[in-house]
Amino acid sequence: MAAFYGVTLDSPMMLGTAQYPSPKVLADAFAASGAGVATVSLRREAGGGQDFRALVEGLGVRVLPNTAGCHSVKEAVTTAQMARELFGTAWIKLEVIGHADTLQPDPFGLVEAARILCAEGFEVFPYTTEDLVLAERLLQAGCGVLMPWGAPIGTGLGLNNRYGLRSLRAQFPEVPMVIDAGLGMPSQAAEAMEMGYDAILLNTAVAKAGDPAAMARAFAMAAEAGRLARGADPMAPRDMAAPSTPLIGKAWLE
Amino acid sequence: MAEVTILGAGVAGLCVASELAGRGVALRVIDPAGGPGAQGCSWWAGGMLAPDCEGETAEEPVIRLGREAADWWAQRTAVTRAGSLVIAPARDRGELDRFARRTRGHESVDATALEPDLPSHTALHFPAEAHLDPRAALGDLLRGLAARGVAVGSAGTPRGTVIDCRGLAARDALPDLRGVRGEMLLLRSRDVALSRPVRLLHPRHPIYVVPRGDGGFMLGATQIETDATGPVTARALLELLSAAYALHPAFAEAEVIETGADARPAFADNLPRIRRHGDVIHVNGLFRHGFLLAPALARMVAELVTEGRIPEVMDEDRDQRHAARG
Repeated sequence: MAAFYGVTLDSPMMLGTAQYPSPKVLADAFAASGAGVATVSLRREAGGGQDFRALVEGLGVRVLPNTAGCHSVKEAVTTAQMARELFGTAWIKLEVIGHADTLQPDPFGLVEAARILCAEGFEVFPYTTEDLVLAERLLQAGCGVLMPWGAPIGTGLGLNNRYGLRSLRAQFPEVPMVIDAGLGMPSQAAEAMEMGYDAILLNTAVAKAGDPAAMARAFAMAAEAGRLARGADPMAPRDMAAPSTPLIGKAWLE
Repeated sequence: MAEVTILGAGVAGLCVASELAGRGVALRVIDPAGGPGAQGCSWWAGGMLAPDCEGETAEEPVIRLGREAADWWAQRTAVTRAGSLVIAPARDRGELDRFARRTRGHESVDATALEPDLPSHTALHFPAEAHLDPRAALGDLLRGLAARGVAVGSAGTPRGTVIDCRGLAARDALPDLRGVRGEMLLLRSRDVALSRPVRLLHPRHPIYVVPRGDGGFMLGATQIETDATGPVTARALLELLSAAYALHPAFAEAEVIETGADARPAFADNLPRIRRHGDVIHVNGLFRHGFLLAPALARMVAELVTEGRIPEVMDEDRDQRHAARG
């Protein structure tokens, strides 16, 4: 498995911590999925109290704080600094939102914030699009991981641009990459892993499911299936049928 | 019958007091503030008695126990039994389908047919649901207690069985209690009339509007995992007001009468507990369901105190149980 800033994770699944019906359901979903990383929104949840922090730390998994809801470089950098202090980790999932309605990343602000944070010693996980040039710039800024979107946050549309995601994966084969956002169904997680992505990150599809723990498990199994398939060197598709039993030598041929 | 002291004059404490007093138990209520008010989260409640709608995310006991609420309250205060309405913006229609799949007791209606001020679109109507004005209801409980000679005071030494209904303040005894912040505001509008609570579904900011009569509307409520009780944030106001504006553009002209924020007491599964520590019975963790669940919890506490019946939400302290077993 790929290493994220030197850390190898047992599970290819990362889970968000927002929007669950209760902390109990959240904990059940983590247990059912075996997810090794929890993303936490600092702006919304952890602002005022110790309770939420204790709750997340109680999950016993690695915490990946995020800058969700930040629309400017300054906000994102400040939020990242607060997160490092609060959770004692250099990991930061960097979100700089450029469009309020689609929550599409602001590519220019993202690169700038990434450059500042990498220089300050952060280990940045940038939430980005599948754009190759943007990916290149983020790597130049010092990012050691990329987190391209599948589709806009919370839409459940899956892998919106398969060509783009495949080409991004092929372009930077050595960079650990996580499909972040937009996944709605486990089959999409399997496909992302089959494409060679190293992990998936999701929240809404699990938190808003009628049975979050069951859905979390379904995603974890799908991600694992995709990962195994990728490692097993899948056959190449072809147009003509290829009989699994040779025809020559059969006793009767029409 | 033994004397009972109730700590806390929020909705839990006063409902327990009302239920016990009605059964002839001698009791008094102690609250540092001397009575219900802005210091307690009950003051900021919506007052929806909507067990079926809450079933979207809440677990089964909330739905079943919540169904006791409307009848209980109707014997003590004004309850409006007009159902509740759930709508979604056209582009979030999928949210309405999901809400319908996850809940029971609804029928599909045209919003305009029930609320003439709302534009015509598909809505879910929950006819069995009701609502009340929380502050009026707390006042009516106080008056009912006074009529039975029950004292509600700010000081005194607890005597007899103590029933601790202090909400988040009881964290000194209940370390697994947490605070969940809620923010609300009160509007006054003469341009919009609603007869029943309306929930507006939105993937990011679901909100509800509860009519309070005389042009008053309560808008609620955010749900944030923190025990911070400071003033309403600009973000919360923006979210609440945008949703109200989406519901009816005339809300833009409404007067903002009041804003409020407080932290609700909740356990990890967001379900309430009755827990006994020696002579103290804790009633807590009502989360966002204070007015909805307090009547059922009050009944269970009364059955425990007067008949010794163990309530279904009883959660004996584990260490205590181990100690008893030796």
